[in-house]
Amino acid sequence: MTASTRKRWQFRQPSVIPGFGLALGVTLSWLILIILIPLSGLLWRSSALGWSTFWTLATDERTINALRISFGTAFAAALVNVVFGVILAWVLVRYSFPGKRIIDAMVDLPFALPTAVAGIALTTLYAPNGWIGSLLTPLGIKIAFTPIGIVIALVFVGLPFVVRTVQPIMEEIDKEVEEAAATLGANRFQTISRVLLPGLTPAVLTGFALAFARGVGEYGSVIFIAGNLPYVSEIAPLLIVIRLEEFNYPAATAIAAVMLVISFAMLLVINLIQAWSRRRYGYGA
Amino acid sequence: MAHDIPDPAGHHGTSEMVRTATSESRLARYVLIGLALCFMGLFVLMPLAAVFTEAMRNGPGEFLTVLSDPETFSAIRLTLLVAVIAVPLNVVFGVAAAWAIAKFEFKGKAFLTTLIDLPFSVSPVISGLVFILLFGSHSLLGPWLQGNGIQILFAVPGIVLATVFVTFPFVARELIPLMQEQGTSDEEAALSLGASGWQTFWYVTLPNIKWGLLYGVLLCNARAMGEFGAVSVVSGHIRGLTNTMPLQVEILYNEYNFVAAFAVATLLALLALVTLVLKSLLEMKFSEQIAASRRH
Repeated sequence: MTASTRKRWQFRQPSVIPGFGLALGVTLSWLILIILIPLSGLLWRSSALGWSTFWTLATDERTINALRISFGTAFAAALVNVVFGVILAWVLVRYSFPGKRIIDAMVDLPFALPTAVAGIALTTLYAPNGWIGSLLTPLGIKIAFTPIGIVIALVFVGLPFVVRTVQPIMEEIDKEVEEAAATLGANRFQTISRVLLPGLTPAVLTGFALAFARGVGEYGSVIFIAGNLPYVSEIAPLLIVIRLEEFNYPAATAIAAVMLVISFAMLLVINLIQAWSRRRYGYGA
Repeated sequence: MAHDIPDPAGHHGTSEMVRTATSESRLARYVLIGLALCFMGLFVLMPLAAVFTEAMRNGPGEFLTVLSDPETFSAIRLTLLVAVIAVPLNVVFGVAAAWAIAKFEFKGKAFLTTLIDLPFSVSPVISGLVFILLFGSHSLLGPWLQGNGIQILFAVPGIVLATVFVTFPFVARELIPLMQEQGTSDEEAALSLGASGWQTFWYVTLPNIKWGLLYGVLLCNARAMGEFGAVSVVSGHIRGLTNTMPLQVEILYNEYNFVAAFAVATLLALLALVTLVLKSLLEMKFSEQIAASRRH
């Protein structure tokens, strides 16, 4: 403790509160042991492959297709969630209707329900003989065991991210803004689309990015409903698992490294959106 | 469709009779509420209902037979064991991280906070894979572990590690904003009155954060018990030994034993519902003592 006093003095502002060394020590050692060493192990193993091997593995046709399916379906699902998530948040913030409190609580179900359970439940509903699937089959629409099924599962998983990011910001909208717009002659649609929604942009973007990031990595809820046909409905996390089961560690590592780098880029984008929105709109969604 | 009940808080209280300039027409409201309810029904409520009806498809008798199966029983035991180890570890870490980040000003704090959130942006499958690469037979540590007879992968330690990795940020990210908001004046008062550091923590800080902490524990526990991807990669799926409840659901489902799969899934769905009820209660009663509760 005493030996590092001088160094710590520069490192942090002085405070009478004790326990900084202990708390930061526990935090850093736990973080390094559990998160940083394992993650850097992955990056180290993929760099040990050598660039040309890595590139061959990462641009393998099946890998590229799996990545495209993962990112494409996650993007589509995040778009659906933005539309319905904003409507849902609006309805929950502005209107009152019977059962509102239950609906509000149920928005978090996808956080609380284990993904495997969600996966088998959605598959049962959308399979050709399921409650919803049997209604769509006569119309020639197939959902389970196609990429649309993946989107359905990712919509379920991503829903709370959009609602819970947008809802608190909507609650804080100052009503005077709407009144001003109304007195200046805007009709209700104009007020909402030109005055209220633009202010929600950072929150919506953050919610979209969070839902998208979650969807890209999602595994449990997707594998049951996807059908897992290579090149068609095989997601990247599943391909990692398949490569692992084949003991093809280099291929698994390469796919994981590509996904990880893109995820970190996403994280950076989310942080930038928040920094920008704090400057522009005064809140960090 | 539902009747519009005037909101006592007066947000749009008069809209039932007169349409004000800052509310939508009745038709627009009904359409939006209808859309929202249909969406929730289709994507959230129906899957939940499907779990229970499928489990009861052949009557409660078969449901109970499945639940009294020794394999189910061992899956339940393992799930509880993993949660009992992983959640307290993350509580200790979360409190320490929040204490360091919320009560002090130091360089690199924002970066540290980002690092703590890192597991949220890692695919669960990758969270499992990193431990395979670290401890597997092809890794640096693998031969040494084998030589010393230490089993991490395909055993309880690996499952616990993967679970801790995945649930790592839950308690910390709940406590950090809360403790930042509470500031340091309570602690400073206690210290100036002669309390020791630990006394200050136990008698001043902990009572201040207890509901927020409980909230974090609740979310952390739900994820710990329900984690599938990460655990699936490191567990090895040894029946009766390394199968947690979500893994057992997968195995039974892939064997076309749907009633059994949904019976085990029912227990996990009940856990989710209990979590949601407790979460709503905490939000209702102690909203000011639960910080960034509305995200994650």
